[in-house]
Amino acid sequence: MCGIAGLIHRGKSSNVGEELQNMLQALKHRGPDSTGYALYADNDGQNFILRFKVGENVGEGSTSVNEDESVYNERKKIVDKKLSELGALVVKEQKLTPYSYRYEIKYDKDLMEFSKAIESIQSVEILSIGKSLELIKDLGDATAVSERYGLNKVQGTHGIGHARMATESGVDIKSAHPFWGYPFADVSVVHNGQLTNYWNNRRVLENKGMRFMSECDSELIAVFLAEKMRNGATLEEGMKESLTGLDGVFTYFVATKDSLGMAKDTMAAKPLVLYESDNLVAMGSEEIAIRSILPQEIDTYDPFDGEVKVWQT
Amino acid sequence: MANLKTVEKKTKAQSMGMHTETLTGKTQQKFFNPDEAENFFYWGTYDVDFNKRTDLDVKDLDCMQANKKIDELMSEGYGTIVIKNPQGKHSLGVGILNKLNLIFEGSLGYFGVGSIDGPIVRINGRVGWSCAENMMAGKVVIEKNAGSCFGAAIRGGDLICKGSVGARTGIDQKGGTIIIGGDAGAFTGFMMQRGRIVILGDVGINLGDSMYDGTIYVGGKIGSFGSDAVESPMTKDDIDWLNRKLKVAEIGDNFDVSKMTKVVAGKKLWNYDALEPTEKKGAI
Repeated sequence: MCGIAGLIHRGKSSNVGEELQNMLQALKHRGPDSTGYALYADNDGQNFILRFKVGENVGEGSTSVNEDESVYNERKKIVDKKLSELGALVVKEQKLTPYSYRYEIKYDKDLMEFSKAIESIQSVEILSIGKSLELIKDLGDATAVSERYGLNKVQGTHGIGHARMATESGVDIKSAHPFWGYPFADVSVVHNGQLTNYWNNRRVLENKGMRFMSECDSELIAVFLAEKMRNGATLEEGMKESLTGLDGVFTYFVATKDSLGMAKDTMAAKPLVLYESDNLVAMGSEEIAIRSILPQEIDTYDPFDGEVKVWQT
Repeated sequence: MANLKTVEKKTKAQSMGMHTETLTGKTQQKFFNPDEAENFFYWGTYDVDFNKRTDLDVKDLDCMQANKKIDELMSEGYGTIVIKNPQGKHSLGVGILNKLNLIFEGSLGYFGVGSIDGPIVRINGRVGWSCAENMMAGKVVIEKNAGSCFGAAIRGGDLICKGSVGARTGIDQKGGTIIIGGDAGAFTGFMMQRGRIVILGDVGINLGDSMYDGTIYVGGKIGSFGSDAVESPMTKDDIDWLNRKLKVAEIGDNFDVSKMTKVVAGKKLWNYDALEPTEKKGAI
């Protein structure tokens, strides 16, 4: 089933970490397996935020395995060495869990080559790269993940999140949402639904040099949009193309450094409730997600089939 | 207005686009009137007084607690209950098989007032997916918008949304009337079997897809017709009925119903015999 939520403050920052936590916790019944956040934080914009993992947190049905922390530590050393070889300067590093890290780095070369080099290390996955994007995902509900990573004090303008019920693939971090829009900085995607032409699209996109890290169908959306943008399309143009390029049922959100978008398939088979005002746009799979941050009486509506909308900060 | 008493029922039904339904003018609610049915027992019904009114704040209640409290209030004879702070909670006001004035001061989540038979409900907010699903009788008025699957499988009563609704409104509808003041999404009337849907605004793609029977009236633009949904000429009976219904629904003041598009089943997809199995057995 899965639940998705997103919000964007226009013209100001807010405690988006706590707001998104509340929205996703209200949707816990739609997806108890894992929770993910893509928060667009008030960073100084000088350095890239690199979030990556060197191992997995594994639940039911996953093809991955939990490994000893010493293995993770060894991989981390290899990542550090590779960063040095690539000419990336690590300004700050944080170990968040035994298997995940947050680095602030100075780097001014091609992100695709950078990502390929880092991810050539066994079991290492970049969760996100961006100047403001902080992408966090792990097993557990919204509160558990937020407490584990200290998210409820993150100030920022917008964010998207996902409460996952694993159906197409196992319970692990690599299959959890959001997905980073590799290789674009600050692009992330969450999805509710099923894509039925995943393998056809994946083969085509892999032949074009795009990379997939999981077997989760939702990852296709991020890669699909990234490939369109790589060829010069705007985010909105890419999203409109996805309505015909992706087959199946879906409602998805995509976020960039300064925008938030939603798209709904032509069958309108997956739910979405939207609240829009001059200062704030909030949306979720169910109205209770919005009510968790706006308890007063508000006007909401369901976007129609085939709708694409994009808002700016 | 046509004189209902002088029009042969089957003729009138067919004039309004129905292939099989005969209009009886008798609602499920009337059928369940205890005064008419001797020894009739309907579990969960109470003798309530519409003038006996109370408020119920459900802010700190979950849906089961709130619904149980509504039931308790009906058992105490309250005939008008005002629900405060529904805050988009799911499944509020479901399964009420009683005459009752139920007013929600706010919005409901999924499955609001589902499987009801008899109450008059007013919702001063929005409703989520599957509002009034399986409704048997009564009247539900929503002041704002509604989500998808609005009035799924309803069998009777009037379901009115003054705003716009999502996709698949009236899916599998088996009777009753759905009236939409705004626009409706894709697959409106999908597989509907009986009843009527009235949309004053625009409607999305695949209108009336695979409908068996029933009638859909659209005031605005139609995205596309679904499989086996066809346009049919408006008759005087249609116009009279629409004017009467919209007036009762307090919606669409001065709306020119004569310009609406009427959509019915083309019967091309019918792949079953005209006779039901029991009728066939009798014929043999």
